[in-house]
Amino acid sequence: MTDITHLPPATEPSLDLHNRDIAVAGQWRLFWLKFKKHRIALLSLVVIVLMYLVAAFADFIAPVDPNATNARFTYAPPQGLSLLHDGAFHPHVDQLKMTLNTESMRREFTPDPAKPLSVGFLVPAQQPYTLLGFIPMQTKLFGLVDPKPGDSLYVFGADRLGRDIFSRVVHGAKISLSIGLVGVFMSLILGVTIGGISGFFGGWADIVIQRFIELLRSIPTIPLWMGLAAAIPVGWPPLRTYFVITLIVSLIGWTSLAREVRGKFLSLRNEDFVIAARLDGMSEIGIIFHHLVPSFMSHIIATLTLAIPSMILAETALSFLGIGLQPPIISWGVLLQEAQNIRAVAQAPWLLFTPAAAIVIAVLSLNFLGDGLRDAADPYESVS
Amino acid sequence: MMRMEDDVILKVEDLATSFPTRTGLFNAVDGVSFALKRGKTLCVVGESGSGKSVTARSILQIVDKPGRIDGGSILLARPDGSITDLASLDPRGRDIRTVRGKEIAMIFQEPMSSLSPVHRIGTQIGETLRIHFGIRGQAQRERVLELLRQVEIPRPETAIDRYTFEFSGGMRQRVMIAMALACNPQVLIADEPTTALDVTTQAEILSLIKKLQTAHGMAVLFITHDMGVVAEIADDVLVMYRGKVMEQGPVEQIFHAPANAYTRGLIGSVVKLETKAEVRLKRAPIPEDAPPLLDVKNLSLTFPSGLKAVNDVSLFVRPGETLGIVGESGSGKTTMGRCLLRIYDPEVGTMVFRRPDGHSVDIRTADRGDLKDIRREVRMIFQDPVNSLSPRKTVGQIIAEPLKLAGMKGREREDRVAELMQQVGLEPAWRERYPHAFSGGQRQRIGIARAIAVKPRLIVADEATSALDVSLRSQMLDLMMKLQDELGLSYIFISHDMSVIRYMCDRVAVMYRGRIVEVGDTDQVVHNPTHDYTRALLSAIPHPDPRDRRIHKRFRYDAAAPVALTHPLPETLDLS
Repeated sequence: MTDITHLPPATEPSLDLHNRDIAVAGQWRLFWLKFKKHRIALLSLVVIVLMYLVAAFADFIAPVDPNATNARFTYAPPQGLSLLHDGAFHPHVDQLKMTLNTESMRREFTPDPAKPLSVGFLVPAQQPYTLLGFIPMQTKLFGLVDPKPGDSLYVFGADRLGRDIFSRVVHGAKISLSIGLVGVFMSLILGVTIGGISGFFGGWADIVIQRFIELLRSIPTIPLWMGLAAAIPVGWPPLRTYFVITLIVSLIGWTSLAREVRGKFLSLRNEDFVIAARLDGMSEIGIIFHHLVPSFMSHIIATLTLAIPSMILAETALSFLGIGLQPPIISWGVLLQEAQNIRAVAQAPWLLFTPAAAIVIAVLSLNFLGDGLRDAADPYESVS
Repeated sequence: MMRMEDDVILKVEDLATSFPTRTGLFNAVDGVSFALKRGKTLCVVGESGSGKSVTARSILQIVDKPGRIDGGSILLARPDGSITDLASLDPRGRDIRTVRGKEIAMIFQEPMSSLSPVHRIGTQIGETLRIHFGIRGQAQRERVLELLRQVEIPRPETAIDRYTFEFSGGMRQRVMIAMALACNPQVLIADEPTTALDVTTQAEILSLIKKLQTAHGMAVLFITHDMGVVAEIADDVLVMYRGKVMEQGPVEQIFHAPANAYTRGLIGSVVKLETKAEVRLKRAPIPEDAPPLLDVKNLSLTFPSGLKAVNDVSLFVRPGETLGIVGESGSGKTTMGRCLLRIYDPEVGTMVFRRPDGHSVDIRTADRGDLKDIRREVRMIFQDPVNSLSPRKTVGQIIAEPLKLAGMKGREREDRVAELMQQVGLEPAWRERYPHAFSGGQRQRIGIARAIAVKPRLIVADEATSALDVSLRSQMLDLMMKLQDELGLSYIFISHDMSVIRYMCDRVAVMYRGRIVEVGDTDQVVHNPTHDYTRALLSAIPHPDPRDRRIHKRFRYDAAAPVALTHPLPETLDLS
């Protein structure tokens, strides 16, 4: 149906005006045209971009220092942000009044509408900080306009030590979203190299690599992680631990990518246009880089996007079990550690729900984005 | 109450079916009307994209989503005397389901994918009987065996418990026909049922449909793009082009007094291929004693599966000559063509190629460097115009690639690409476009430009025209002959289609199961074949003249054990 021919045959390709730009559209333009049709994926792309912006500008967005403790506000509940006060625009939170319930031996917080605390945008920071590690800054995106001792701004509540959950989740995004990228990047290198060798050379190399992949995939992941994590010396600085954890996670993650690359190599090697290139006298290396790699590049991007959420989940699981990242590093998994006991959850459910919501949104968006990319990965199926 | 003439069983009026697309509504079927009479065959003919299949699918309301019927009526005379408008029925409702399979049956083009591989033949045919008549058990089995006998499947008692993948394409199509006949339908819709089959198998299936039609008094709606088939079987013909009816009438009138310009063009391009090309008739014959350009002797290739794909093949090509290789699928002609370029490595034999400097080299044993040079002098044109062009490169880049690899650079290369595009009938201004912007015929021209870019002396054209519509076929052949005369090329032209071979080849070799059974001048082979297989092949080709129907009187070749089943049936089932 796609191929309308003429009698007498037209000397002009069968294109109407709408298709004229399609005629000269390369692979990436077609990719984008097809991706655009996937509404949820497009929305997810926006969400993902926003999340990474939040992660990059965490210091600017988080109103307070994520490690600042305040014994007065242990397990303080979220303070509702109201935009109006006495009919005028005046963003504020109500000051929390703390009473000690002597029967249950718990602190109870009640908002006091009589004492509004103004919330302003681009307020001066309590301490100067450096944005992205090199821009010295004095302002925060939002915060209390004139904080006095005893005032508080807990948008999503506070934890056991009175630390602001919102600021901690924002800072946690830095580690949680980037550990996925670093892990995936390592998987990419491992997967493309090993899968490429497997698909291109075939024979014994292929058999050995494929059996090794099967072996890796048959090992239960959590005990493997635990074993590898136990090998990390306790005395290492947190950042080095972080790096090693990404390495461990990616050591498992490359296998599916390697299989994808191998499969593409095998199916493309016998395509007519690859044979034609060989007959033109192109060398095998030339064929790989001129014909094979461009053909499966878009597939790899889609696979990678789908691999990031599993990396994020792996980090969360490891940290939750206490064998991944450790405090004082802040990641979403570390935040969930706080919500491990039922008492904490019953008393302060925001400890569980805030980081969990961040993880769910990130993972869902990345999955939808990956789906959209995968559907668009071969734009030549339906365009013509 | 709606009324129809007595012998009309299905009446379609102003049928319109459309598909929403990115650029608006695409009217696949646009105001089509026809009537189908009892015991008669109506052929719907048109080129790809003419909407003939969508018309057939609209009747049964099985148009692929998001297509839908916009208007018109499809009146069906029911066995109880009433008349139902199928277009008004709910596509998922109970009413249309009682029509499908029971009153109107359909067979499809692809016998591979239209049968389920996980059910036995008997179960699949029996399913229709169970759904429509509730026949089960032994009675069902008896009826299925009877149907298998009707469609002439050998040893029905054994075949009934076989799976579809154990059968060849022709046998599968017979199973499909048995399924369609299970409920004694009044109307049989056949959507290109023989297109995927070899010409000899096609002849068998056409005879079978004709026989069953006479026996059951069915009306047949036969969809095809092949004018030869139309001439052989049709009573009436409907010519479609871009969703519209161009002309309709009795087959005699369509072939011998076509009123419509499109029909005339279509018939003309078919009839043109019935004779030798004029430029070839006028040309002086190639001297018999000219030293061959390529001399192949005793070439053999066995696949790891043990199949002897090429078996002791010897042939030669003289400079400026076109050698046709004709054969059916599985005859090894494509494999043989690929051996000539060492895409496959034959084990035995010699392929002596005469280089321009006079001395000869054996392609089979040539080393890397020689092979690289030889592959500039021997080029290939591929069958599939879609797959053989990288979709990620512009047309300019595709044609420039062999030039680039030959070391041509910059301005010179650009000029050469423009020149080549003009030579094959493409606008040089289109060089920035990607292959997806071109039609099948234009893509094949791009493939030809790539092949002639490095000034070769021999071109192996593997089914270069079989993916194209008939009106484009002769143009492509004319272009190839023009280039042959301009550039002094020789061709090895591989095809399953005798008409294109007859049109342009000087000599022809007939291949059958890896062997060459006959070689000779095209005229001699076509008019005076010596081997029985050649005679069978030639007599199975549909002849585009309804006054001269031959296919039912064809010569059958079954000397060397007919391959009814891809795997021979053992007498007793052996599961070890």
